[in-house]
Amino acid sequence: YRSPPPAKYGGRHTVTLIPGDGIGPELLNHVRELFRFCCVPVDFEVVRVDSSASSEDDINNAVTAIKRNGVALKGNIETNHNLPPSHNPGTICFDLYANVMHCQSLPGVPTRHKDIDVIIIRENTEGEYSSLEHENVPGVVESLKIITRVNSLRIAEYAFNLAREKGRRKVTAVHKANIMKLGDGLFLQCCKEVAAGYPDITFDKMIVDNTTMQLVSKPQQFDVMVMPNLYGNVVSNVCAGLVGGPGLVPGVNYGKDYAVFETATRNTGKNIANKNIANPTATLLASCLMLDHLKLRAYAKMIRKAVLKTLSETQLQTADLGGQGTTSEVAHSIMQEIQRGGPRTSEQI
Amino acid sequence: MAGNAWRSTLLKLLARCGVRISDASSAPEICETTPLILHQVSRVMGAIKTQSPQPRTFSRGIQTVTLIPGDGIGPEISTAVMKIFEAAKAPIQWEERNVTAIKGPGGRWMIPPEAKESMDKSKIGLKGPLKTPIAAGHPSMNLLLRKTFDLYANVRPCVSIEGYKTPYTDVDLVTIRENTEGEYSGIEHLIVDGVVQSIKLITEEASRRIAEYAFEYARNNQRASVTAVHKANIMRMSDGLFLRKCREVAENYKDVKFTEMYLDTVCLNMVQDPSQFDVLVMPNLYGDILSDLCAGLIGGLGVTPSGNIGANGVAIFESVHGTAPDIAGKDLANPTALLLSAVMMLRHMGLHGHANKIETACFDTIREKKVLTKDLGGNSKCSEFTADICRRVQDMD
Repeated sequence: YRSPPPAKYGGRHTVTLIPGDGIGPELLNHVRELFRFCCVPVDFEVVRVDSSASSEDDINNAVTAIKRNGVALKGNIETNHNLPPSHNPGTICFDLYANVMHCQSLPGVPTRHKDIDVIIIRENTEGEYSSLEHENVPGVVESLKIITRVNSLRIAEYAFNLAREKGRRKVTAVHKANIMKLGDGLFLQCCKEVAAGYPDITFDKMIVDNTTMQLVSKPQQFDVMVMPNLYGNVVSNVCAGLVGGPGLVPGVNYGKDYAVFETATRNTGKNIANKNIANPTATLLASCLMLDHLKLRAYAKMIRKAVLKTLSETQLQTADLGGQGTTSEVAHSIMQEIQRGGPRTSEQI
Repeated sequence: MAGNAWRSTLLKLLARCGVRISDASSAPEICETTPLILHQVSRVMGAIKTQSPQPRTFSRGIQTVTLIPGDGIGPEISTAVMKIFEAAKAPIQWEERNVTAIKGPGGRWMIPPEAKESMDKSKIGLKGPLKTPIAAGHPSMNLLLRKTFDLYANVRPCVSIEGYKTPYTDVDLVTIRENTEGEYSGIEHLIVDGVVQSIKLITEEASRRIAEYAFEYARNNQRASVTAVHKANIMRMSDGLFLRKCREVAENYKDVKFTEMYLDTVCLNMVQDPSQFDVLVMPNLYGDILSDLCAGLIGGLGVTPSGNIGANGVAIFESVHGTAPDIAGKDLANPTALLLSAVMMLRHMGLHGHANKIETACFDTIREKKVLTKDLGGNSKCSEFTADICRRVQDMD
């Protein structure tokens, strides 16, 4: 379904690494160390794009690097309000139209709700984030929300395909078509059309405010959810909070030819930067998803298993989960866990 | 409540700066000041002189309230509320009116003139759920009411109910949502086949108005902070304008702490630790989502009160759940949402004593768990639930 990543030479993949701001750089360093420790055949090409005066050229260099490699792993970049709006330039340049977040209750993490397993698919390019705003009359600002048939069909197609691939039973479209009759109405109609081609999967729809209410009382009822951009932002943050916070959930932005891996809720965490207390789980799990994408599944499985095992050890949990562990302790424990698995020959990998 | 103590502190402070005021409505006599102090003084003067929508105290007289029972379970829960108010001897006289859409002169849909007249006179309304028939040709009744009375602020206090267990036990926040513009302006166009555009409208006037209401509410209800919820990193101009207005208004209310937070961060933190939030103010769409999210935290729409504040001192308090046609007329409905909205109404009118009495009785009944309606986990009828609350209220006297 997805075209293979282009940058593989001599058996080693090259991946663009964008450290970003806040906790991004330190956590991505841990990823690099871990990969080195496990002898993962991935080389990182570091591209610096962050809020501190990134010129047009820097951003263009990053774009070229990602285009060349096809895959990127990134930390979050804080919005610089002095620069012209170009949110996440990546999503527009590479047409990363699907943001996919898999939220599941992880063992050992204290949460109010249990047994959550939701895949959230969010349209990543249009909707409310089109950045088309104008002030026709002083004091009156209009912001345009664009919904197109093409993009709605595309994201619906992606959602149902993913649901089928992963053996999921139900896809729920989240909307506000009772108020935005034309806009969200079009989105819903496209979802319905695509659903007709997948009779094995149940198609359901729910209004966004009811959705958030259901999520905080009974999140177990949801399976796969698909929605336009803004609701996707809200719902993914609510779900991330439900399973334990921003430090645990990885997210992926898929385009036809490119994929960018990051933490699902895109927090810079600048208050906890460089204090060795950030939770590396989300970033590490994102790197595992990247390894899956590069078809290095055995490495992905090995690292993921170690990460989840360490997560369940309550004495090592970081501050965001209520524990006192440091980032380096967690990273160290993961490496020890991998080592405990014994040496691997190249056949096993 | 901003009262005499606050006022005298201010007067003392101003005296220290060299400003004497004989009465607040006249211009201050300024002895010797620097331009900086003059600027600060005029800001403070602005705060004193601002016409705040203060709750009117009706300690002796009977106040008329327009009651709109609504559809479905509306009539039975309204009756329940009236009974409880009678038992509590609240000085309220109900004037029942029905709202249905009728076509007025000129072809515009409007609410019946008797209803409008009654509301204009009494200024306070209590409303049950109204059904919006699909494809009826007229807009929803709630929308009509909103437009008729310019209900610009939707206020929803969300407090965890002891006795109705949800995974969240320490919720105590208020969401204030701009109710007239934003994403719900209803302006949509089909640009070309397959491309639709929805317009989100943010105006300076509406943003300023809602921000002022939020800070006034915080001050009048002893809330410590107001948080503006926005997405100005993405929607720079529209949410940027909203945020700017909030910041400007915050300057006049230095006693209330003002913070700003991105919508996604609020959602993330809200489901992990709702106790960190106090008063939240935001544009229409975010308000819709967040207020329902908060309602979900405390147990759903069946127990959440809500109030709509309009221009010219009009306030309509309502229950936000649906009409529940499947249980209508069967004495199974839960009147808690409408009752708590009525309590909110009493507080708005300054009748705190009665409000506290009724609210305590209601919470005690829920806590005892003996006569709960089906949606709260019990097996009792609406009338039994109501009778229990009435009994408690009477016992309190």
